[in-house]
Order: sequence, then C-alpha cells, then structure tokens
Amino acid sequence: MNITVKLFASFRNGRFEIKSGDYPPGTTVADVSDCLNLPQNELGIMLVNSCHVKLDRVLVEGDTLALFPLLGGG
Amino acid sequence: MDKIARIDMGAAGGPKVTVGDLGEYAGLGGRAMTSLVVAAEVHPLAHALGAENKLVISPGMLSGTTGSMTGRLSVGCKSPLTGTIKESNAGGQAAQVLARLGYAAVILEGKPVGDDLYKIVINKDGIKVIVDNSLKMMDNYLLVAKLRQEFGDKVAYMTIGSAGERKLLAASIACTDPELRPTRHCGRGGVGAVMGAKRVKAIILDDAGMKMRPAKDLDKFRDANRLFVEGLRKHPVTGEGLPAYGTNVLTNVLNEAGGYPTNNFKSGQFAGSSKISGEAQAELEIKRGGSATHGCHRGCVIQCSGIYNDKDGKYLTKQPEYETVWSHGGHCGIDDLDTIAQLDRIDDNIGVDTIEMGVTIGIAMDAGLIEFGDKAGAIRLMEEVQKGTPLGRVLGSGAGITGKVFGVERVPVVKNQALPAYDPRAVQGIGVTYATTTQGADHTAGYAIATNILKVGGDVDPLKTEGQIELSRNLQIATAAIDSTGMCLFIAFAILDQPETFQALLDMLGSFYGITMTGDDVVALGKKVLSAERDFNTRAGFTKHDDRLPRFFYNEPIAPHNQTFLMKDEELDEVFNW
Repeated sequence: MNITVKLFASFRNGRFEIKSGDYPPGTTVADVSDCLNLPQNELGIMLVNSCHVKLDRVLVEGDTLALFPLLGGG
Repeated sequence: MDKIARIDMGAAGGPKVTVGDLGEYAGLGGRAMTSLVVAAEVHPLAHALGAENKLVISPGMLSGTTGSMTGRLSVGCKSPLTGTIKESNAGGQAAQVLARLGYAAVILEGKPVGDDLYKIVINKDGIKVIVDNSLKMMDNYLLVAKLRQEFGDKVAYMTIGSAGERKLLAASIACTDPELRPTRHCGRGGVGAVMGAKRVKAIILDDAGMKMRPAKDLDKFRDANRLFVEGLRKHPVTGEGLPAYGTNVLTNVLNEAGGYPTNNFKSGQFAGSSKISGEAQAELEIKRGGSATHGCHRGCVIQCSGIYNDKDGKYLTKQPEYETVWSHGGHCGIDDLDTIAQLDRIDDNIGVDTIEMGVTIGIAMDAGLIEFGDKAGAIRLMEEVQKGTPLGRVLGSGAGITGKVFGVERVPVVKNQALPAYDPRAVQGIGVTYATTTQGADHTAGYAIATNILKVGGDVDPLKTEGQIELSRNLQIATAAIDSTGMCLFIAFAILDQPETFQALLDMLGSFYGITMTGDDVVALGKKVLSAERDFNTRAGFTKHDDRLPRFFYNEPIAPHNQTFLMKDEELDEVFNW
C-alpha cells in the first residue's frame, strides 16, 4: 500500500522532507519510524491525515503520516 | 525593587515625579503589579486615552537578578483596543535595567495639556521628564539611533513610533534588545496609544552604578538557578527546537494539524506554508549571514529569536516569529519570507502589534481592498499606516474597526482584539482561552496548543470538547503567575513536563524573597491576578456574553476537519469557577 511520509525540523537531517513509498499491509506508525531510525523517545507529534495518532496506529492505503520531534513556540 | 515612581504628566506647571514605597503592592511584579494597580486605581469607565487611565510599567518579580530568563517587562492599563484591563509583556533589556534601578513600577498618570512631547530619563540619580519636540513623529529605528547619540549604548530604550503618537489602537511600545534594536514589543491592546496619549515618546533606562538585585539566600538562589537552566537545556523544546528553528517551527505543525488559519480563516491549511516555515526561515537566515539563534535579553538560554538579513546580507529585522509570519503570511495568502520580514520591519518601526496589523491586512483583503497574496499591496497598506492617511488610521485601529468600516462579516476578534495563529475550530482548547481570557483574544493567556497539538504537558484531543475547560482554566492561572515573575512564558514547556524544573523555579522565587514558595502559592497568585482582572472588566461593563467567539466560528466548518467551534456557552462560563 502507498503511504506518504513527511518529516519536519531535525528529523529531516540526513533523511528527507517528503517521500511516498510502498509499505506492507498492517504497517504501524512505529514501524515507519523504526524504519527511519527515529528514536521513539524523540517523537513528539504524530499526525495521520491531520489527526493526532499513537505509535500503534495501523496505516491504510493513501495515508499521509507527518512526524515531528517535540516542538514548541507561540 | 523597593519603590514605585508615579509621574503625573498632567501636573500643573509640568510633569511631576513622586517616588514612594510599595505599600499595598509590596512583593508584586510584572502582571500582578500592573493588573492590581490598574484594577485598584483606574476608573473602569475611564476613556483609555484620557487622563484617568494609567500606564503601569513593571519588571517581573525576578527581573534584574542573575536568574536566567527573567527579562519580561509588563505594561498595563485600560486598553483602548478592547476596553478591558490589559497586560502586554515584552522581552528586551528594559525589565532587567528598570529592576536594577530599584523600581517595582513606574506609573504614568494624567495627561499634559498642549502638544509638547516628552522623554523620561531614569538613572541612579532619579527621574527626569524632559520636553523634546525634536522627536515628534519619528519612527522607532531612527528614534533609537537619535537617542543613542545622546544617551549611548549602555542603556535600554522604551519607545513609541508614529503609530503611538497618533494613538492608533494597534500601537505598541518597543523595548530594545541587547544590540539596541527596537524589536521587542509590548504589542497587544494598544498600550503604545496610551503612552502616546500621555505624550511620552521615549523612556531611557540607565542602570550605570547599580548592581544586580541580591537574593535573600544567595547560595540557594544560585543552585536553584543552575538546576533551572539545566532543566531548560535538557528539554527538547527549550533546549533544541526553539534555539534551532524559533517559534516559526509551528507553521508546519499547525498546517499539518489543519489548524493554520488561511486567507482570513477560510481554510485550516495553506498551500504555501512550507515556503514560510521555520525550517525554511532558519536555513535562509544562516545562508544570508544572519542567525537562527538569538536571545532578546541577556540571560536568555532558550534563544528563540534570530537575525533576518535581506538578499544583500544586510540586517533587515529580527527573526519574525510564528504569529507574525502567520498574520502577514498564511492569513494574507502570502508565501514569501522576504515580504513578511519587510512587513515585520515596518511594524516594529512605526510601532504596531504584528498580530493586529497582519490580521487587519487580511480583513482588508477579504473586503477586496487588495487581493489575497498581494505582497506589494500589503506593504503599500502598511505605508498608509506609517503616513497616517485616513485609510492608514482605519487600518491602524485594528481588525475590528477595519472590518466594520469595510463591511466584512468574517472578523476574527474577541473583545475587539484580533485572534492569533491557531484556528479554534481545529484546536478547541485555544478557542476557550480566546473567548474567556480577560485580555481579548490572546493565545499566550492560556496556551492550550501545548497540550492539544504539541503534546507537551499532557494530551488533550484538539478536536473534542472534553477536558478543554479545565485545561484552559489551569493554563490561564499558571500564565498569570508566570507573567508576574518576569520569566519568559516559554519556560512553561519545560516546567510542565519536568517536576524538578518547576521545583527549581519555586526555589528561585523562595530563596530570592526569603520565603517558602509552593505550587499552591503560584496557583494562588495566578488566581489573585485573574480575579482582579475579571473584576475590573465586570465593572467596565463586560459580561459572559463577551466571553464568546465570533459567530462564524460556530456556523462555518473549516477544512480539513470540517468542524465548527463546539464548546457550549455554559461550559465557557465555567472557566473562572474555581
């Protein structure tokens, strides 16, 4: 199934900004982040199609996953 | 900080300075000082630009010490924009210098007859109020350059530009940063117009010959400060994200979360967001020889700001922060960082709130005055404000007035103050704060974004109503207290997540004043401030019906979540029931 992954802030360093790819059915957010060597304790904001999700969220065809480290501002 | 100076600008025979002890205001600083003074001393029905209003300037309880992050200065008055009580705080050097000079507050009272313009010089020898009509209608950059010729570089300046002199409702008070740029503004609520109404153009703060304020328990204070700084450095937000990317790192976050108000709150996502994101901005700043990491005052370890150079590598402005990039960017359909930086420079120069002005330009676009995305047009409108043309005066009076003058229905204001950069339909918690804060729409008053979107300090679903009232209530209480300490609000990211860093803050306060400070004391302080502010607003005529968002947030769903603001009125009315 096709998933689009977007990375932000320091997660882009040595990786990418946006990439679409084929993932096996049943892939979770944790699987994608492990694949990218993103330490789970650094994951701050995880969004699938603009909604917050947890690591165990199972992705489906066409999902857009956005991953951010812990961030703040305002 | 053992004295209060009152400057009666309207005294017979010219301005009169009286310095007295703290009296009933002993132990207060920052927002606690400004709000309690305004609530006790300003007639709630006073005209904000009249002699009855007072402009209270107060460093925080820990300002002027060796404590890190203590450089916030509070300015309070009755707001000409909202008609409510107002506290507007800024960084820069002013708070530290004023605190070291020993003033817990400087209060501008009365109003002079006639057209003379004044500068106020505060140094170790006292306070002088001097007529200087050569400063008339100068804007902040030239004004500070001229003042530096007379007072040098080892002072802090508080100034108003032409907008303040014209008493425009978006007018701010500028505080200089460590390099004497007039870039740190008490922006919200038209506090610059109140200073202008009192005919004060500049306040020069010179702490030569003064020392750091000593703590009652020096060793404990030093140790607590060390732990506090360690806590800020180890938290990913205050130790990594903010220094590297600044607050504008939020552009991509809010856009991805569908809460980025675009083209005057018509969509929650902006196609041009990546071009104006914090990531793009930091890269551009470094490439042009500026900096993506800069502190607005000495003693800041978070360093969320930066230096933005133009295409030729020449200083243009400080790093426009998230709200500014949004108000002049996505809200106006503008996806160009250079245009946004130029607008930020103009805002700082003439002395106006970047949120109010940006939102206003978006309203003018919605009215068809110019098109969304018209970069040159946006700059042209700001030039009208600078020139003080009739159109410029309308725009400089803010989003609410501009919406009325041009017949726009979708006007994002609460208590006539423009909403900041988070759509309350996609982030319900911040909508509660916008609606209910004593200040008019203000994100900093109870920053529910942290828990709703950033997942710092807890996790509350931004699209649901559950937990939002309690969240906003607790954040508003905590913020009122933090705003009283002189601490930058960004310390909240670390103290919300790390109990030991919160304890270090309590120990800093306790050891400085020689008292025991607990979390309950902080809550009590916050409630005391909010109660005084609410009481003032009630006496000024505000009711629960003013604690609401504009109707379009209830009637127009916004993409991508296709949701409206869901909080019930009865729920909003519970925020201050504690």
